[in-house]
Amino acid sequence: MKLRIRIDHRIDASPSLQVTVLLFSLLAGLFTVGMVFAASRVNPFLALWKIFSGSFGSLYGIKETITKAIPLILIGSGLALAFRARFWNIGAESQLLMGAICATWIGLNWGPRLPGPIIIPAMFLAGFLGGALWAMFPALLKVKFGINEVISTLMLNYVAAELLTLLIVGPWKGVTQQGFPYTDDFPASATLPLLYGSRIHYTTLIIAVFACVLLFMLIYSTKFGYELRVIGENIEAARYAGIDFMRNTVIMMLISGGMAGIAGVGEVAGIHHHLTYPQAISSGYGFTAIIVAWLAKLNPIAAIASGLFFAGILVGGDAIQISLGLPAATVQVFNGILLFFLIMGDFFLNNRVILSLERKE
Amino acid sequence: MKKIEKLEMVEISKYFHTTRANYKVSFSIESGEILGLLGENGAGKTTLMNILYSLIQSDEGEIRINGETVRLHSPKDAIQRGIGMVHQHFMLIQNHTVAENIALGFEEAPFFFPAGHVAKKIEEFSRIYGLKVNTQEKIWQLSAGEQQRVEIVKALIRGVDLLILDEPTSVLTPQESKELFSILRRMAGNGHSIIFISHKLEEILSICDRVLVLRRGEIVGASSVQSTDKRKLARMMVGRDIIFDFEKEHIERGPLILEVKELIVPGDRTERAVKGVSFKVYKNEIFGIAGVSGNGQRELIEVITGLRRASGGSILINGKDITNASARLVSDQGISHVPEERIKFGIVPNLFIYENTVLKRHHNKRFSKMLFLNYQTIKSHAESIVKDFQVTAPSINTPIKNLSGGNIQKLILGREITGEPTLLVAAHPTYGLDVGATEYIRRQLLERRGKGIAVLLISEDLEEIFELCDRIAVMFEGEIMGILPTQEANIEDIGLMMAGSRK
Ligand SMILES: Nc1ncnc2c1ncn2[C@@H]1O[C@H](COP(=O)(O)OP(=O)(O)OP(=O)(O)O)[C@@H](O)[C@H]1O
Ligand SMILES: [Mg+2]
Repeated sequence: MKLRIRIDHRIDASPSLQVTVLLFSLLAGLFTVGMVFAASRVNPFLALWKIFSGSFGSLYGIKETITKAIPLILIGSGLALAFRARFWNIGAESQLLMGAICATWIGLNWGPRLPGPIIIPAMFLAGFLGGALWAMFPALLKVKFGINEVISTLMLNYVAAELLTLLIVGPWKGVTQQGFPYTDDFPASATLPLLYGSRIHYTTLIIAVFACVLLFMLIYSTKFGYELRVIGENIEAARYAGIDFMRNTVIMMLISGGMAGIAGVGEVAGIHHHLTYPQAISSGYGFTAIIVAWLAKLNPIAAIASGLFFAGILVGGDAIQISLGLPAATVQVFNGILLFFLIMGDFFLNNRVILSLERKE
Repeated sequence: MKKIEKLEMVEISKYFHTTRANYKVSFSIESGEILGLLGENGAGKTTLMNILYSLIQSDEGEIRINGETVRLHSPKDAIQRGIGMVHQHFMLIQNHTVAENIALGFEEAPFFFPAGHVAKKIEEFSRIYGLKVNTQEKIWQLSAGEQQRVEIVKALIRGVDLLILDEPTSVLTPQESKELFSILRRMAGNGHSIIFISHKLEEILSICDRVLVLRRGEIVGASSVQSTDKRKLARMMVGRDIIFDFEKEHIERGPLILEVKELIVPGDRTERAVKGVSFKVYKNEIFGIAGVSGNGQRELIEVITGLRRASGGSILINGKDITNASARLVSDQGISHVPEERIKFGIVPNLFIYENTVLKRHHNKRFSKMLFLNYQTIKSHAESIVKDFQVTAPSINTPIKNLSGGNIQKLILGREITGEPTLLVAAHPTYGLDVGATEYIRRQLLERRGKGIAVLLISEDLEEIFELCDRIAVMFEGEIMGILPTQEANIEDIGLMMAGSRK
């Protein structure tokens, strides 16, 4: 007897199958995560329950979840745009940091002289531009020299992190921070107001939701979105249709990077109020947002829901670190496994796998 | 495993959501038989054969081999059981060589350096059968006709008992088709069975033993070829009489539209695929370029339509120099283009039908306002193309990849013709269309010619060239062998010129 596995291309996936596969991938992912918990001698049901109750089970948890969802939604919807055009932007992390750096520069230099209603928009604008310009490099490298964007965006993550570190230990190091490698705190006019009793910087949240709606319209109702989808679905047809690959890719990356840049503004102006270590500003939001975009099926509005979902996992993950004594990497394992299953789900959607037992003749 | 003596498909039904692609189809085929499968575009021929090849599963019905019910789960099963298929659209990997493509999934190929081993077999094999393929070339360098040959070799070399050919001859020259037919006859003589799909009735009549006619998924007729003829078959297929030869009225040609001067174009494989070609196309004229595919026609039209750069010479449209202009600029000059490889270039498979009807023209004022697309006009535009060109589709809100091959072609033609172009560049416009649709498209082209467009028609189908064109040029190895007014040309001369003699 011999087990045979065969894989065929599926050409008729129905919408109901798509939903089933999505749910099934999530369940299978959670099951596997549960196995990981069991392997580290933690009751998987308890762990999953703690994650859920830690993130959505209390008012505090919900507030924290929303706080962490803000950057995920911003970046995730921007990535949805890039992935639509089959541009694999793995560098949202660095685009976020560049946004944070630019906003800090504005906040520290102009904050003391200008009132909030002027300085806050200026910071968002600067953050957007910072992320956008940083994202423009890999786009130009790709369209001009055919350099693979996965490599270039990934590498730029390190460059941006080092650049930021250089600033905070060097020229921008704050005189009032008692030797810590932070910049000085922003003046009050350059910090974002918080929802009472929480860390939710609602200005950024409003921008995020608004941007998701705009991006949705951009993808589905504008000429630009149409051209992006044609590029992503069939690059040869785009050529045939006379669509300008270069111009569209660059504009798309300006937007995608700009969204990450805005997330960076929110983090420094809403939470930290100064520029600090890269790892403190972003706990891997740029990477988690990849999964956010994927779970949202590259739909910016769905990214709001999937952003909340993964923010919940981040917050719940923190909760089990404390209550069950699990290592900090647990959340990354969790996210990694879910992404793995989501992508595998897509594979099963496009292919039929047949297992059969065969008697040797 | 035992050879296929008799294969039956019994009461096969298949639905795609609400579309009924096959309904209670039953037929059988025996070894040594060549069975023709006919039907309008969208009748369900490809679907039925995909079920037999197990690329998709039927909703109802079963397949029997030698009287025994078999369950085939995948094409690999089917091939193992002796069923092979050459698809309507090529399923080759573009960046691989011919040998690598044929070695892929070929059980006999060794684990290490499979392509090298297989290359020898292929060359031997294609020599015996007279199908010319160069095993070292990459697929993307090949013309449609050449790719088709690779597909045929790929199936033949696996030694299948039953071979399904889904419109294999659409892109072959008459000469190549003849060669294919002699291979098929030899195979049938050796006890193989063949299922042959074609829209060319003469082919069906000349090669097949029996013919089945499908209409809206059901079998509406079956007959031996001796007891039928072209008209009867056409009538069975579309339910009305088709006029096979219609008169082309004489029209005085208008002013000069397109002028190509001493054009030199580099190819993918050669430095010069087009070697100094000159010709003129006038308003109210259909100018045909005949020739075996792979002789520079593809490169020529790609340059004219802005998809490739010329290394010498010039192209003028209405006196304006558009040499090496961008595709967008060329299309804005009123040049539309029906490409040779419709799936690869002409459509975006995952986008909806209506989105595909404005490919190239979505930025026109008619379809957009400022930054936004005007979906209302786009949708009504799509509706009218679907109606005028009788595209069989459940609705315009369907991804275009779900349409049958011929219906995709109708949609592309509809899109390019309704753009009111000054010049229509059409490569194999009726490739894959059923007799009714072919008649309609040819009429359309003649009608538009009357209304003042210029048409540059690339075709290997001499019947089509003679029926439509006012003047005929023949291309061979990147050069034009001669340009003749249709009245002064005859099929033999053109055939000789296609093989390289000058006029
Ligand atoms: N994957 C699919 N999803 C939905 N509908 C489909 C799908 N595949 C085929 N159809 C529909 O089934 C019908 C039959 O299609 P099929 O491709 O079998 O036609 P055909 O006879 O091969 O036509 P042609 O001569 O144009 O190739 C068509 O109406 C087509 O739109
Ligand atoms: Mg078909």
